[in-house]
Amino acid sequence: MTIEEIQNEIIDEFSMFEDWEERYQYMIDLGKTLPLIDEQYKTEDHIIKGCQSKVWVHAEMNDDKVAFTADSDAIITKGIIAILIRVFSNQHPKDIIEANTDFIDKIGLKDHLSPTRANGLVSMIKQLKMYAIAYQTQLN
Amino acid sequence: MNKVLSHTTLDVKQVRKDFPILKREVNGKPLIYLDNAATSQTPQQVIDVIVDYYSGYNANIHRGVHALSQEATDAYEQARIKIQKHFNAKQSHEIIFTSGTTHGINLVANGFSSLLKKGDEIIVSALEHHSNIVPWQMLCERTGAILKVIPMNTDGELVISEFEKLLNPNTKLVFVNHVSNALGTINPIETIIEKAHDVGAAVLVDGAQAAPHIKANVQELNVDFYVCSAHKMCGPTGIGMLYGKEEWLKKLPPYQGGGEMIAEVTFEKTTYADLPHKFEAGTPNICGGIAFGAALDYMNTVGFNTLANYENELLEYATSKLQAIEGVKIYGTSRHKTSVISFNVGNIHPYDIGTILDKMGIAVRTGHHCAQPIMDYFKIPGTVRASFMFYNTKEEIDTFIASLKKAVMMLS
Repeated sequence: MTIEEIQNEIIDEFSMFEDWEERYQYMIDLGKTLPLIDEQYKTEDHIIKGCQSKVWVHAEMNDDKVAFTADSDAIITKGIIAILIRVFSNQHPKDIIEANTDFIDKIGLKDHLSPTRANGLVSMIKQLKMYAIAYQTQLN
Repeated sequence: MNKVLSHTTLDVKQVRKDFPILKREVNGKPLIYLDNAATSQTPQQVIDVIVDYYSGYNANIHRGVHALSQEATDAYEQARIKIQKHFNAKQSHEIIFTSGTTHGINLVANGFSSLLKKGDEIIVSALEHHSNIVPWQMLCERTGAILKVIPMNTDGELVISEFEKLLNPNTKLVFVNHVSNALGTINPIETIIEKAHDVGAAVLVDGAQAAPHIKANVQELNVDFYVCSAHKMCGPTGIGMLYGKEEWLKKLPPYQGGGEMIAEVTFEKTTYADLPHKFEAGTPNICGGIAFGAALDYMNTVGFNTLANYENELLEYATSKLQAIEGVKIYGTSRHKTSVISFNVGNIHPYDIGTILDKMGIAVRTGHHCAQPIMDYFKIPGTVRASFMFYNTKEEIDTFIASLKKAVMMLS
């Protein structure tokens, strides 16, 4: 699936939720079910700055596609990461770089997108794109 | 002014009418504001003073010959006197307007850089806010002085016997907060001041968290410096005060160069202005200063005994309700506390709890509260901190507790 297709799929899923509670419960459940990152990458080098909770991200390239794993010590953050990884992982670096993130707004998480908000969703997206840029440079 | 009638029991319904912000909604729910230790809300009486200033007599102070300048100067200096009286300083020029607590601390730290030499010692407490640690680390780097730390116990209280061991003739300055921002512990500053003075050390007390709840009497305390911010006591942001004993303020060199702080300038030499202007370079936050005075008027009308009694009731009420929730651990369990509760529930991250509470219209603080060393001591990433002011109610606490239970259920 393309990034856009996955985003639309997520928008569809979220449209079934009636209120914030259902949305957040869904994200919390996502956060609970996903063991996301190999313990060896939970180091200072892999921490994303700018988050009140700790977020670790690891990226590797398989068959010209970037695979992300990540984790957080806060469960809502982990749920947000799970969504981001579903969108961006196993995609070509170029597609990741060019992807827009309007879907965040459409699934009712707009308030998490403010750059001044301490949860660092913006930092997370930036970090995923940075990895993609690095791998794109390798491909060129 | 809405009358706050009784001085023994607080009419909270009446008091709440003074705070327009308390009528608003957040995420479709009535706002329950429990982040007062970060900043307090502003009553209409103070808002009116700010509006009056800008619509009536906004002018630069201390140098104009015209009427507006004189009115503004009078109001600003009147505010200084209100602050002097509130904290019972001997003289009004011992009150220096600052941009806030951090500014006051930096002003003193900077001043001491010319008074300290290698081998001198500064003592700070383990309960400090970052802004209380960094300026002293910088000062030690500049001067070669040594920084020592008063440890705390598991209740979040300073260990005074350890403090006594740190004191010696090389101790030049002791630095402690009156109340801890992260835990709410009220520190025994009377004892600390007395013991520091015994070895000839000066004492600077950070009153930022204490000033909204406790009326400090600087002469009785015999404290050398006391700092606080207006925005934690119903005033605006960007204004605060430094109290310094005259003898100390005369010893310290000016902090910044600029207008107001000079008496005479030639290219060879500048003579500095007298206190307090020596430390008030440039055009100050005039409106802020005047509004600070109005905030003190407001709080004194409510009455510090009245509000302290009421806030203590809220603290006890909320503490017992919280303790009844399974998995709640409260950090800072001293018997001497202001109305602050720092806690966690089980292994749930404070950020998660804060996020869900916000969805329900409840404002709390989450994180390390700029007091990383305290969090390291308890080996936690942070806490949820609920802090109460006299305009909070038991009903709000009930809603907070119910919402917290719901958050815990969602997150468990």
